[in-house]
Amino acid sequence: MNAFAALIEELDQSTGTKRKIDLIADHLQQADAHDAAWTVLLLMGERRKRLITGRRLREILQQASAMPDWLFDDCQSHVGDSAETLSLLWPQLRNDIPAQIHNPEVAFWIDQLSSAPPMHWWMETLLPAIAAMEPNEQTNAVLTIWESLPDERLFLFNKLLTGGFRIGVARGLVVKAIAAGFNLEEALVLERLMTPWAASERWFQSLTAINSEERANRGPVPYPFFLASPLKQESIDAGPASEWWVENKWDGIRGQLIQRGSGTYLWSRGEELINEQFPELIDMAAAIPEDTVLDGEVICWAETEPQPRPFSDLQRRLGRKTVGRKLRLECPVSFVAYDLLEHNGDDLRSTSLQQRLRQLDELHQRIGEKPSGWRCRLSSGQQLGHWDQLDQLRAQAVERGAEGVMLKHLKSPYLSGRKRGYWWKHKRDPMTLDAVLIYAQAGRGRRANLFTDYTFALWGQPQEPSSNPQLVTFAKAYSGLNDSEILELDRWIRSHTQERFGPTRSVAPELVFEIGFEGIQTSKRHKCGLAVRFPRILRWRHDRTAESANTIVDAQTLCDQLANRGEAS
Amino acid sequence: MNVLERTDSGLYCRAADAWIDPSRPVSRALITHAHADHARPGCGEYWAVDVSEGVLRQRLGRDIHLHCMPYRQEFWLNQACLSFHSAGHVLGSAQIRVMVEDQVWVVTGDYKRCPDPSCEPFEVVPCDVLITEATFGLPIYAWAPGTLVATQIRDWWHGDRERPSLLFCYSFGKAQRLLAELNAIGVDEEVLLHGAVETVTRHYREAGVAMTSSRPVSELPRKDSLAGRLILAPPSAHRSAWMRRFRSPQTAFASGWMAVRGARRRRGYERGFVLSDHADWQGLVQTVLHSGAKTVYVTHGQSDVLARFLRERHGLDAQPLDQLI
Repeated sequence: MNAFAALIEELDQSTGTKRKIDLIADHLQQADAHDAAWTVLLLMGERRKRLITGRRLREILQQASAMPDWLFDDCQSHVGDSAETLSLLWPQLRNDIPAQIHNPEVAFWIDQLSSAPPMHWWMETLLPAIAAMEPNEQTNAVLTIWESLPDERLFLFNKLLTGGFRIGVARGLVVKAIAAGFNLEEALVLERLMTPWAASERWFQSLTAINSEERANRGPVPYPFFLASPLKQESIDAGPASEWWVENKWDGIRGQLIQRGSGTYLWSRGEELINEQFPELIDMAAAIPEDTVLDGEVICWAETEPQPRPFSDLQRRLGRKTVGRKLRLECPVSFVAYDLLEHNGDDLRSTSLQQRLRQLDELHQRIGEKPSGWRCRLSSGQQLGHWDQLDQLRAQAVERGAEGVMLKHLKSPYLSGRKRGYWWKHKRDPMTLDAVLIYAQAGRGRRANLFTDYTFALWGQPQEPSSNPQLVTFAKAYSGLNDSEILELDRWIRSHTQERFGPTRSVAPELVFEIGFEGIQTSKRHKCGLAVRFPRILRWRHDRTAESANTIVDAQTLCDQLANRGEAS
Repeated sequence: MNVLERTDSGLYCRAADAWIDPSRPVSRALITHAHADHARPGCGEYWAVDVSEGVLRQRLGRDIHLHCMPYRQEFWLNQACLSFHSAGHVLGSAQIRVMVEDQVWVVTGDYKRCPDPSCEPFEVVPCDVLITEATFGLPIYAWAPGTLVATQIRDWWHGDRERPSLLFCYSFGKAQRLLAELNAIGVDEEVLLHGAVETVTRHYREAGVAMTSSRPVSELPRKDSLAGRLILAPPSAHRSAWMRRFRSPQTAFASGWMAVRGARRRRGYERGFVLSDHADWQGLVQTVLHSGAKTVYVTHGQSDVLARFLRERHGLDAQPLDQLI
């Protein structure tokens, strides 16, 4: 545990990526494999079962110290992390708390602690034992451990106990560190991480084993997805346009459809098996030859309709454990195939896109002959003739109900993760509205004690003809401002606060921001009757006053336009 | 009748016809200390502690009309009896005691309670009404002794002799305290200073504060890599053009705000050393209790929190300062 704590402390004190990779790689090389497995899991942010809630931990300290609730709240909204708040408060409060009379069981654990047990003992024995205790015993155990730990360890202990463990290390960085530390290709590490994770010696050993060339049957395990980046004009200008393939970018969910002798598997990009939600696609896959893997988009799209349904139809299915007959009829589903990763057992990922598309085309024709073959659609694309066509093609794609186009280099292999250069996404410009800032709430982590979570409003209809129009909550947004704007806005919010509701403040309705979003639809759950997708701040409209912000009627009009476009075509 | 009242220009004492740390030019100003948010230029006359004279004149102008008083010496302005008492914040920092008839009010200005080798320790001044700051008025703030932090800083600096060690800190007060704290734990290696730090440090040397030797970094040849050297610079120099002369330095910031992880990461320093010239939570609460004041006004930072705590836990008549008429 000491080595892990030291690693976390050093990572926390490093800002350079290179340094972080070295630290992690060194640590993993030296650590015991069982502990190293835990380190990887924790650094990758693998979600574990929450052992004790932050609230329960807080209750333990609060009951023991008689510190008022409101003071805890103020501290927590200032620090932005409950585990850290408790770690900072404990040294202050410990003197007011009577020493714990150890009950025998707790005494046993404390005794073990003094012999510097390994990390997996903490994770697999101590912490679950504490979580399983009766409330009184649990209080006793937590207080006793706090007493016995040095102050600088409190944070780590509280973090591990409350489950959430994000310390500013990106997943990609851990992958790089494993690759560097054990002399492996990053793609191979990513691929191995696709197998189910386990905090065991064996798992870590198979993750880091030397690369033996032969690749056994992957079974149900998906290949790492190749991800596209948003298009930057300067990044493509160099080459000739004819080397690029343009296809519609559909607004569904990314999926990998695997056909093996052992069964059919549909994986989402979030590495979840979604067979149950889309049984029709599993049926359709019977037409696909064994040991074949398709990459594409799962989307609601009826057999006879010229374009797909909105994303909200897909959402109705995603929330379900199983999908009934009614939902199958109301939200018919298709798989839009755009890449072929494996065919008849051959790994095609290193061949060119052009080659893979040709094989995909042949395969698609054969599937199409089968009864439910229509559910497998080919993502129609074309070779780009001239760069000037790009924006026009994008506009056409949007007319057809896509959210933009994908731009793929015809020579590109199928890589893993987000690698720049071969695949770009070029989405339509977001819809925008000017909205008024009305509430702010402090962020968490790096944004602790900074007001960074904003709520925006639009002007609604007056209640009565004679009364003034009211601002109605429209959307929340967290991103889009740069650091200096965040600081400036934070100062403004503090000096223009009208009311405080716990961590939230209402502010004078004066500032206007341009809010961008990808979609808008009616919603019963929202006060303004509308819900938007991916709202974010595009810019601070210093040139606008609150009176000139958009209205709910404007938003309604956008919503209607979007719906009409769907029906018209 | 209140001894002090709130005006647009700041705290005003009618009996003395004087303002305490006025926020805009007034005829007569009483100054707690020379930080820019407390001492502003343009006033008719200034009253301040004698040891603060050097820094005050440097910041407000050579020829300001300045009356210098030693700590604790009483003086009269019209109907008010006034005196300055050490606040332990920076060199020459003071609390201001105002007595009108039999009423004693004390304005703490900025202060701290832990020992600091670069300035006089805080003096407890009994009073009826106390106006205290609350910059770090939350129980999550508790300071370790300066010698301990100085040891951490030395270990960090000596731990990497391949690179320059850039330590950011406020140029007046914190920087000189660091030099004095380092001196106190036996560091005698020369420390390099940014220009803004250097100009203030001079006044500390004139006042006889014991500090490690120092030199402006500008005196060293530009091609010197400065590997293994410790350089003190104000936070405004972080990521500035000035910083370009240091090859891949290790960076740190010394401030009370560094107690919270998010605050450090947001600023982008690798290390944070928790060292403050303000009182921590215990320091604030103890100071109020020791003063014996029954009425307390709280200003700066967490004024609502501290005032509410004093009311609920200690039964004092405590309010944020903006409640004072």
